[in-house]
Amino acid sequence: MNSMLPSYLTMAAILFCIGLYGALVKRNAIVVLLSLELMLNAVNLNLIAFSKYGVVPSLTGQIFSLFTITVAAAEAAIGVAILIALFRSRGTVNVDEFNKMRR
Amino acid sequence: MDIYSQTAWLIPLFPLAAFLVLMALGRGYRRAGVFIGSVGSLAAFILSLIIVIDRLGANSVDYNYAFDWIVIGDYTLRIGFEVTNLTALMLTVVTLVSFLVNVYSAGYMKKDERITVYYGYVALFTFSMLGLVLSDNLLSLYIFWELVGVCSFLLIGFWFTLPKARAAAKKAFIVTRIGDAGLLLGILLLFWYMPDHALDFTRIQSVFAGHSGSIANGVTTLIALLIFAGAVGKSGQFPLHVWLPDAMEGPTPISALIHAATMVAAGVFLVARTYDIFLASAAAMETIAYIGGFTAIFAATIALAQNDIKRILAYSTVSQLGYMMMALGLGSLTGGIFHLFTHAFFKALLFLGAGSIIHAVHTQNIKEMGGLGSKMRLTAWTFGIGALALSGIPPLSGFWSKDLILTIALEQNPLLFAASLAAAFCTALYMSRLFFLVFTGKPTAAASKAKESPISMTVPLIVLAILAIVSGFVETPWNGWFGSWLSGEEEAAHGSSFAIIASILVGFLGIYTGWIWYGKESSRRSAVADKSPGLVKLLERGYFVDDLYAAVFVKPLKAMGDVLTFFDVHVIGGIVRIVGAAAISTGRTAARLQNGQVQTYSVTAVIGLVIIVAAIALRRFLS
Repeated sequence: MNSMLPSYLTMAAILFCIGLYGALVKRNAIVVLLSLELMLNAVNLNLIAFSKYGVVPSLTGQIFSLFTITVAAAEAAIGVAILIALFRSRGTVNVDEFNKMRR
Repeated sequence: MDIYSQTAWLIPLFPLAAFLVLMALGRGYRRAGVFIGSVGSLAAFILSLIIVIDRLGANSVDYNYAFDWIVIGDYTLRIGFEVTNLTALMLTVVTLVSFLVNVYSAGYMKKDERITVYYGYVALFTFSMLGLVLSDNLLSLYIFWELVGVCSFLLIGFWFTLPKARAAAKKAFIVTRIGDAGLLLGILLLFWYMPDHALDFTRIQSVFAGHSGSIANGVTTLIALLIFAGAVGKSGQFPLHVWLPDAMEGPTPISALIHAATMVAAGVFLVARTYDIFLASAAAMETIAYIGGFTAIFAATIALAQNDIKRILAYSTVSQLGYMMMALGLGSLTGGIFHLFTHAFFKALLFLGAGSIIHAVHTQNIKEMGGLGSKMRLTAWTFGIGALALSGIPPLSGFWSKDLILTIALEQNPLLFAASLAAAFCTALYMSRLFFLVFTGKPTAAASKAKESPISMTVPLIVLAILAIVSGFVETPWNGWFGSWLSGEEEAAHGSSFAIIASILVGFLGIYTGWIWYGKESSRRSAVADKSPGLVKLLERGYFVDDLYAAVFVKPLKAMGDVLTFFDVHVIGGIVRIVGAAAISTGRTAARLQNGQVQTYSVTAVIGLVIIVAAIALRRFLS
């Protein structure tokens, strides 16, 4: 059943690229956050695929993806909280205008 | 025995100390500066005088002290100082003229705000000149030779705010440098061919005087001519005479000190010091004699048509140096050095007198002067004495030395005798022209307000006038004392009544012609010049030698310089600018990335990652 591995990896790669594209290109901060979640999930998919079809199959990968999901949830919560704070102070969620780091 | 000669090394140290103190003082302390400069040269003069008096007695021995300077393998370079009768004489002349010029400058340069710097330069020059005279080998002589050149440059360009002074200083430096290059080559050749690579005068003398044959004749001639090239540059001989008239842009006391009495005589001194090399080569001697003789008549004719009082004297100096060179070339060391000795006094006197006139009327054009005789009696009298001495009127000093040279020329070479007789006529003529135009006739506007110069300027004039009268008596046709003292050999009393009568006649004839043309009727002063404007123009421009050099050497060299400058500015500079601009534009482009947009940063990071991955993949793929 090893032939399933490339399909999973390809799927994960596509998912990651979509997420990357969204994170780099989208103007809306919310969409950027969503794209980040997509990338994390692509990683999860990889972890699970390797834990099932890898050279040394083990449960560690699946457990690790559980951790990732937890961390992702926390990250999303913090990210949205920051976004809300930003929106309150700047009145926008447009990423283009968050360029105060330059100075 | 010769206890004083052993202390000769102290002589240059006095002016050197004065120079250092003056440089340390800076521009303030104007009176102290004058005092220090004068005391430095006075101390040097007193010591030189003691040495020369000590050596006056018969059979004084040359004193030489040297120490190892550089030891390379088995070659040792020794430097030191040497006191001979010739150097003792030069020491006295240099320090005396230097001291008088120091005193004189106290009056002449009184209002100049850089007077302390001026005194510093004069002290440095005196030091270098004394070092040159005392050197016992060609290498240290060359070092001091260049030092006096630098001082000359600094002092010609002393008023460097005037463009003409700057140009003259550069010209003097560059033209003499042409001769100096020859001198350096001569020294190198000598170093190459001398046994033990010795460069000291004692061994040069012993090698060349004995005709030992260790150095081939052709090489000897080449060395002699190269050394002579240095002398040509320094002593303003044709064809390198062009710098000396322009050097008159410097302060007048400097013209008296450097460009009349001492530095320009250094060339004659150099030839006299290395005389044995020249004696060993008949061709070199002949060259010197002809160049000297030609310069004497050539410069004397130019001096006839000049209108600037200092330029007349400058061309006169060139002409008199030609006499000295000719005497040396004809085999008479005594004649050359004797004329150097007397010339130093009367030419310094003439220059200082000219300075006194310029100080009073504020112009150098003799056509704007006139009738100064009654206003400035002392200057007129002393200047007259100098002019008569230069014209060769007995019993003034110039007569005896010029007569000696004429006698030698008559014995050896009738052509040069005729040339020098003609030059003597021109000398008498231009000096009487100068004297009558300046001191007689109706006072002009500038001259009517003239007053006699202050005492600090007139006292040196009087001292030099006395010396101009008496200094010739050390060597007369009946008394060969000077020559035997100088060369150490008993010289027979020389004298040719024909030469004496001819030189007296020519001198008086020149003065009489000058009086007819310029003195008798002051209203017809330009009558002679009007008759032949072409000739006057030719002489006034110095046979267009300057224009010829400008066309043949200066312009092509300048054009080459312009091409090189273009290359430097546009090609080399262009490359530098391109490199700089590339760095700046790279920086600008990179700076644009840092726009504060997190997404831009991320894109950059991703692109970088993709490149790295692609590179690794490609490597895998290729191998």
